[in-house]
Amino acid sequence: MTLSAHNDWLEAHGDYLYRFALARLRDPHWAEDAVQETFLAAIKATNFAEQSSQRTWLTGILKHKIIDVMRKSQREVVASDLISDEDANMDDFFDDKGHWLEPIQAWGIPENTLEQKQFLSILQACMDKLPQKLSALFIMRDVHEENNEEICKELEISTTNAWVMLYRARMRLRKCLEINWLAS
Amino acid sequence: MRIFISCKSASQLVSQSLDAPLTWQSRLVLRLHLVICKYCRRFSQQLAVLRKAVQNMVQLTEADESIQLKPEARQRIINVIKQNQ
Repeated sequence: MTLSAHNDWLEAHGDYLYRFALARLRDPHWAEDAVQETFLAAIKATNFAEQSSQRTWLTGILKHKIIDVMRKSQREVVASDLISDEDANMDDFFDDKGHWLEPIQAWGIPENTLEQKQFLSILQACMDKLPQKLSALFIMRDVHEENNEEICKELEISTTNAWVMLYRARMRLRKCLEINWLAS
Repeated sequence: MRIFISCKSASQLVSQSLDAPLTWQSRLVLRLHLVICKYCRRFSQQLAVLRKAVQNMVQLTEADESIQLKPEARQRIINVIKQNQ
């Protein structure tokens, strides 16, 4: 492969791969890193893909690089931010008998395009309040790309820890949406 | 086996059920709880709405062609490709 062929890859797929990574990692620098590592792996690979499936092949590499970036970032984040026993920080939600402290309000389901747009922008803002790794794990889980065990193995966390993290993410996001979506 | 569970336990089971299939015992006690608890029913529906919204959010970002690699990042990648030819 020549330099210009590799640059053609970047030209043809770079922006797409960046959007793919950004949608999951939600951090421009992390997403750039993941894309860079993807091209690096791609030029070293010998199993070049057929023209028609280049993008699919590159995206497959990128998925692993996204998890690599998450794993690296994991070491930089304070552990207590991510993993704790099941009861930590749940006091805000339940009394000591395990009843909801506050009633769960009914939501209007966002129906038309405008409402969906508003809902998504509130969701984005709520996501921003989560530790980045937590939101990335949550997104990967909910877009059904990898099964749980696969993600956990690659991130070097236990399945139980993942459940606790995802539970905490959902509790916080739901609360944030309840406050801001109902108010809007 | 406990037949009646707290809202706290129910909320944990609802979340877990989104990540892996529950055991039949857990499914049973959760279903029973949801029949009698309006708040947990809402909670469960809202987590489903949340999942759908996250999927939408990802799709919209992927399709948004105004989002592009920054020139500096592009140049960095070109340099990395050059160095590793």
